[in-house]
Amino acid sequence: MTSLSGSGVTASGERPATAHPHARQRSRSAIGVVIALIAVAGLCAAPFFVYPVFIMTVLCFALFATAFNLLLGYVGLLSFGHAAFFGGAAYFAAHAVKVWGFEPLSAILLAAAGAGVMGLLIGLLAIRRQGIYFAMVTLALSQMVFFIFLQAPFTHGEDGIQNVPRGHLLGLIDLNQPLNIYYFVLAIFLLGFFAVWRIVHSPFGHVLQAIRENENRAISLGYRVERYKLAAFVMSATIAGLAGAMKAIVLQIATLTDVAWQMSGEVVLMTLLGGMGTIFGPSVGAALVVTMQNYFATSNVPVTVIIGVIFVLCVLLFRRGIVGEAIRLMSRR
Amino acid sequence: MNAAADAILSAKGLTKEFFGFKAVNKVDLDIHEGTIHALIGPNGAGKTTVFNLLTKFLTPTAGTIVFQGRDITGVRPADVARMGLVRSFQISAVFPHLTVLDNVRVALQRKAHLGTQFWRSNRMLDRLNDEAHQLIEAVGLTAFAGHDAAELPYGRKRALEIATTLALDPPVLLFDEPMAGMGVEDIGRISDLIRRIAKGRTVVMVEHNLNVVADLCDQVTVLARGEILAEGDYASVSSDARVREAYMGSEDE
Repeated sequence: MTSLSGSGVTASGERPATAHPHARQRSRSAIGVVIALIAVAGLCAAPFFVYPVFIMTVLCFALFATAFNLLLGYVGLLSFGHAAFFGGAAYFAAHAVKVWGFEPLSAILLAAAGAGVMGLLIGLLAIRRQGIYFAMVTLALSQMVFFIFLQAPFTHGEDGIQNVPRGHLLGLIDLNQPLNIYYFVLAIFLLGFFAVWRIVHSPFGHVLQAIRENENRAISLGYRVERYKLAAFVMSATIAGLAGAMKAIVLQIATLTDVAWQMSGEVVLMTLLGGMGTIFGPSVGAALVVTMQNYFATSNVPVTVIIGVIFVLCVLLFRRGIVGEAIRLMSRR
Repeated sequence: MNAAADAILSAKGLTKEFFGFKAVNKVDLDIHEGTIHALIGPNGAGKTTVFNLLTKFLTPTAGTIVFQGRDITGVRPADVARMGLVRSFQISAVFPHLTVLDNVRVALQRKAHLGTQFWRSNRMLDRLNDEAHQLIEAVGLTAFAGHDAAELPYGRKRALEIATTLALDPPVLLFDEPMAGMGVEDIGRISDLIRRIAKGRTVVMVEHNLNVVADLCDQVTVLARGEILAEGDYASVSSDARVREAYMGSEDE
């Protein structure tokens, strides 16, 4: 009451009743925890039933989309240049392992840090713009990154960095063993996923959501919103880099596809399809898109057409995305 | 115009040009500590522009702004707010998809330096709950604490906005048309609220409703076409012939 005691506001009326909305929130987060536990259990058992490389690919893209969603779903910033961080880190990791002979974990962490630095540079330039202009600036800067990687000798141009060795984790565990690399990738995925979850559900995340809801109001409350946005941008870029670096180790290749603008578009698609602003949505979207790409890769129908049709249907029929709509159905009951 | 000795907020020669059009032209304004000061004037007089200039949401083309003896002409809006000059907006400024409680907590968070911890659980914000509930109670929103701000009726949103602003405990509050679009009952409630919170603070408000101004405000500045037309208490301003003339054209709104 310190702030009001001198102002003549008298507190009158009954004690506040707070129980029910909090109880509702708690029960919702309890459902989230249960779903998360089931998902983790499922992922631990998955390599015994499904082709591990496929699940690992899904996990890489799921982490990428989750990192992207931190920005789009929780700050309201649509970056159209996230491929720069994903693909950039893929190159860094591949080069560190293949040329410098790095151990895989340290190569991945180094590459993620490199993506974070790129995020800082691009973020500093982009963060001053809003809405579609922000998207355009990130697109333009990521295209610059694309051309740098196209020209730089260490990326080997159109060929990319191929035959990246998986190596031995900490010099001990042979990652050429399918189960070893699988659990390694799963652990990194869970680490990145937990980081995003923690950021979203932190005091900092609370401010990010306020900025998303009403930026001017956040400023008028004294928040230096550019700093918050920039911090979120760097975090998102770093975790996107973590995903890209992991992908380079799993698929043993880093190519221009990873830094091209289509990749930036793909992560937007995954996030919207699964449900932006939801914790599990981007992973669901990524799983769906990667599955479709896998399934239709051998068919005669071009996969981009199918994904395009699904995207249009998604925008027309369920705008909140799969998980977003599911949450709405559950909370309506 | 008195010497600016006891002015907590003052502007000198404040000018804002938009592509050659002078929305605000050489406005001198002294807001005295502890008063409720109204800015009135017909539509397009530049009231909201002055507001945006004072809180630095717009950069003045010319002129200086001094707050508590410090020149804030070059200070950024978030830092102006940190110094204790906190504004509201014409369109109700709440965080629509946060609960009423969370709306207030966002403001308290900043003051409590709980804005940057990204590695800790937001449960630590629960320590702000008591203070938040007291603010919510003070504006009569206790029953709505758990609802999303978007669900509130208009008048309640304005009340929530006031609670959020009060959470920063600012010495100077600026309200941009706090009663706009409100019914009689809400106007009474918000008037009472502003009267209560104005004790020990300075309030500047843009307001169209002249009954509210007459009832609430100590000092009135009349703007027309971006310039100051008259200044004084309500009685003297309302009997000014030029003010009457300026208002004739837009009386019917």
